Amino acid sequence: MAESTESAESNQTGGRFSKRLRRERLSSAWFTVAGYFAIGIFVLIVVTMIYQSLPLLEEFSIAQMVSSSNWNPDQNEFGFLPAIVGTVYVSILTMVMGTPIAILTAIYLAEYAEGRMKTLVGSFIDVLAAIPSVIFGLVALFAVVPFVGNHLAPAFGSSATGQGIFTVSLVMSIIVTPFMISLSVESLEALPDELRETSLGVGATKWETIRTVLLRAAGPGIFSAVLLGFGRVFGATIVPAMLIGGQTHIPDSPFATGQTLPTLIVNDFGELMSLPLNQSALIFVGVMLLVVVWLFNFSAMLIRRRLRRRWQY
Amino acid sequence: MDRYAKQRLIGLLARGATAIVVSVMVFVVGVTIYRGARILLTDPSIVVTPPGSQYTLQAEGGFLHAIVGSVFIVIPATIVSTILAISTAIYLQSDYSSERFSDLANMFLNVLWGTPPIVYGVFVLTIIFTVGARQSLLFGIIAIAIFQYPIMTRYTDEALRSAPDTVKEASYGLGSTRFETARMTVRSALPGVIAGVIMGFARGIGDAATVLFTAGRSTNMPGGPMDGATTLPILIYENATSPNDELVAQAYAASFLLIVVVLALIAISKVLAGRFARYTPGGRHS
Repeated sequence: MAESTESAESNQTGGRFSKRLRRERLSSAWFTVAGYFAIGIFVLIVVTMIYQSLPLLEEFSIAQMVSSSNWNPDQNEFGFLPAIVGTVYVSILTMVMGTPIAILTAIYLAEYAEGRMKTLVGSFIDVLAAIPSVIFGLVALFAVVPFVGNHLAPAFGSSATGQGIFTVSLVMSIIVTPFMISLSVESLEALPDELRETSLGVGATKWETIRTVLLRAAGPGIFSAVLLGFGRVFGATIVPAMLIGGQTHIPDSPFATGQTLPTLIVNDFGELMSLPLNQSALIFVGVMLLVVVWLFNFSAMLIRRRLRRRWQY
Repeated sequence: MDRYAKQRLIGLLARGATAIVVSVMVFVVGVTIYRGARILLTDPSIVVTPPGSQYTLQAEGGFLHAIVGSVFIVIPATIVSTILAISTAIYLQSDYSSERFSDLANMFLNVLWGTPPIVYGVFVLTIIFTVGARQSLLFGIIAIAIFQYPIMTRYTDEALRSAPDTVKEASYGLGSTRFETARMTVRSALPGVIAGVIMGFARGIGDAATVLFTAGRSTNMPGGPMDGATTLPILIYENATSPNDELVAQAYAASFLLIVVVLALIAISKVLAGRFARYTPGGRHS
């Protein structure tokens, strides 16, 4: 409709007016391209990566590769199980350590902190979120690895060097918390004050208010923050590459070395150029990461929607 | 335990958790500043010295190549990404696209936002294979631009969404075209847009996984867009595990530089947000 009035006008008047219209058309076309780019780039990534991993999928079945623990690309053995177990191990351990701290900090920031303290802690957490993860890896090599190797692992009767699943999880739990905190604080702060007033007004203590009213009302947001954090840990690359030890076997203890899916790509990257099947295998690892993260995003969205309906206030 | 004791306990736990998070941040920044700044103060020349031919073995020279690589990769990538991100965000506003398309695109942007950076690295690597090229500066730029795009688009989209409708209404009411109105909307949301661009830049300059496969681990000065290059995060990653203490020291110096840059970017975004708030109708809020 807008189009037709515009063209009618442009027939009546020339000059300056048509210049404006031309600019409008051009910019509109460009914005449309940019809008579709958001979807196009995603489709392009998925299609090229699946296409490039086809040579591997033609030779082996997915079930076979995912359940086999032999990773010997030189001998055409592509068992992804150790890396999958390592990834899941690290992700779960990270979330077990990181989630309570993140939620408690979010509660502090949203419900307890006031005034200058709140701004200060808030900006500290912004800074923590902005520090590149490779720096955490470097500091951990200097501080956490010796600590785990010399004190923590021996205390549990393990003779580890300090590099391994536990170290990675500890460092990752610090890297993902700021992200989970800011999302959780956001959903806690979005709650109307009447909720707090009503609950406190009927005689609940502050903790009872938080537990029975606020965490519930903000639950969908917090839950999806945790899931998104999980997705982050799942795809973390540089910190595991620096700290996990990079050995392709199924880890038998939290202090053991291991391999995650992203570190598999990083560590075998050198051989990648020479063997076409190996190249295909590592790109397939990328596809697996993409699919899992995609599932996480989707379930975060669905769960948020469902919880919102159930925990209405 | 009575309910008041429980309340006190939770208060303590919440404060304790916050103390842990804050002290970890202070520790990481402190170690980097202490170890990195010391290196830089005793030998500031490593920042401006190109690496020697024996760099990886004997730590000959400095890490100018990584600084130059970071600048030449992240700045062009940010420019490309900013243009694309602002355009996409404008399109997703209701004037151009339908609500439905907007929702769909936002879902894809969310997925892209959560995609591990290494996937972008591998994706651009497959492009390199397909084209038959080598890892180079140019592909590093492409990879970082793709990585930054969803981050910037989401920030920009949110900023445009929170821009007051009155701006739009007033603009259309005066007979503006959609393009002219979009310009006014972007201007009124400028603090948010700039914050988004700076966040994207900060994320781009700190990420190693995207550049690792696309620009490479070159230890030479980048000569042209098709030459191999490296960035500061990759230098830190490569040097961190080196047996040569001097290289490890350089990794700390590079970390210190990165932290300074990132902190400066955060500070700049706060200042700029305040300064550009004058374009926002209704006064200054950040």
